[in-house]
Amino acid sequence: MIAAQAQRLELPLMYFDTLWVQVTGTVCNIACKHCFISCGPKVETHSLMALPQVVQALNDGAEAGMRSVWYTGGEPFLHPEILPLIDAALARAPLGILSNGMLIDEPLAAALGQRFRDAPYNLEVRISLDGVTREDNDRVRGRGVFDRACKGIERLARKGLEPVIAVALLDDSDPESADQRNFMALLRELGVTRPRVKWIPPFRIGREAGRRGGRDYHDWEKLTREDVADPEAPLRLQCGTSRCVTSEGAFACPILINEPGFRMGDRLGEALRPNPVDHRACHTCWVEAFSCSV
Amino acid sequence: MQRVIDQSAKRVAVFGGAYSNWLAVEAVVAHAKASGADAIWFLGDVGGFGPHPDRSIEALRALGVRCVQGNYDDSVGNSREDCACGYTDPRDNHFAQLSYDYTLANTSVEGRAWLAAMPTEARLRVGSKTVHLCHGSPRRVNEFLWQSTTPECFVQSLCRDWQADLIACTHTGIHWSRRLADGRGVVNVGAVGRPANDGRTEVWYTLLEEIDGRLVETFVPVAYDWERLATSMQGEGLPPEFVETVTTGWWTTCLEVLPARERMRGRF
Repeated sequence: MIAAQAQRLELPLMYFDTLWVQVTGTVCNIACKHCFISCGPKVETHSLMALPQVVQALNDGAEAGMRSVWYTGGEPFLHPEILPLIDAALARAPLGILSNGMLIDEPLAAALGQRFRDAPYNLEVRISLDGVTREDNDRVRGRGVFDRACKGIERLARKGLEPVIAVALLDDSDPESADQRNFMALLRELGVTRPRVKWIPPFRIGREAGRRGGRDYHDWEKLTREDVADPEAPLRLQCGTSRCVTSEGAFACPILINEPGFRMGDRLGEALRPNPVDHRACHTCWVEAFSCSV
Repeated sequence: MQRVIDQSAKRVAVFGGAYSNWLAVEAVVAHAKASGADAIWFLGDVGGFGPHPDRSIEALRALGVRCVQGNYDDSVGNSREDCACGYTDPRDNHFAQLSYDYTLANTSVEGRAWLAAMPTEARLRVGSKTVHLCHGSPRRVNEFLWQSTTPECFVQSLCRDWQADLIACTHTGIHWSRRLADGRGVVNVGAVGRPANDGRTEVWYTLLEEIDGRLVETFVPVAYDWERLATSMQGEGLPPEFVETVTTGWWTTCLEVLPARERMRGRF
């Protein structure tokens, strides 16, 4: 067993910049057909984190010199103490929140807008969609989700906090399509004066592997020792500069929290060491130079 | 290449990002000398954005400004394919490449050799304090250190790891500072090549001096002949979007890299 672990392909942690916190674990208000980490209303593989547990992770991150915090889940705005959680992060570092946008009502949008203006550090809200049309998105996320997300985007924009829209690309997505141009026009109609869209490449894990146009990884789609020996490798892979904390411990990657081999300890401090990069999803980050946080 | 230079000064002027704006370089250096600066440092990126890159190289050399290399200087100096500015957006990269291709084509062989030979970092004593001079960050030449995304805990780790009272950087084009309770900190000295996305045509540099045992930074706006620069840019066929920035003080390109907080302060 020890010999097998010693042979795993590992990446050094170049420096610790980004702390991911799975504040709502795998608990989500929707159950998308594609989800990387298979979240849903009744999925408690990773449960909601209590405020003191999150504060402990934030303090650990600050001690390690982090540059930014990202809250994710599940759906972070399901957390009953989300505003104290946001304030705790913003007292220490810039914060990003990954959300499906559906729970952003007027009072929450106002509270977020106020923090965007007044907090010592930047606050970013990122709204996730699947594809750029109602038809594509709702096929994956459920009927009515696209319109509710758009309402959330509009409410945030009205409060001066223009969200980034993270759009998962389908395998047959055309980056120059009329649908994408129409989508940018829609964002402007919703009051987003400076539309920013982050295109998410297809990861072939969780329910994601079975989506329309999707496929599983090929056998050759994995990192090699030569790849990892590249001095730039820690900057090409998110885990070269980040770690993720959930109710279940500290992990190398926010989308590999269901993989026991990527759990690195109970607390962040134990995870600030080289991490395995032998999962096939690592190949997607590598070829796309993809980072969830940029 | 890494080279560390130790110098001492009482009142030091520091500026970054000339972006081929030789008129601003001359105005800033004149202002710094008139303000009693006994050392003047430039933190990199001589070219890009503006016209006639050799004129800025000549100005910096003739005026005796000490220099640290930026990503642009490394790229032009070594005739690399792009500026390595670190943009991720297609529109940002489009304009960055237009600017880079023009700059590379119009920088002399001698100028390129001078850019390639610049030191990548420097150490400076200001009074009793140690200042680490770099372009983006001490960690990476093209790392963006913005005010809203550089928290105290990160500042603390940088000052500790680089054993500095103050880290002075540029690269973003907007000046700011963040200080710890003990006085250590990071100062982004801003850029003189284009306005600071503040609706003003002036450009900014930074004065550093020790006052009552504490390093104090002063951000200084400097007026220069921006109309002449704009005319020269038009004459060289540079994009009208660049000229608009010079004449209005608002950035029109390379905006996607801005954090939301900084972006919302601008017009675009």
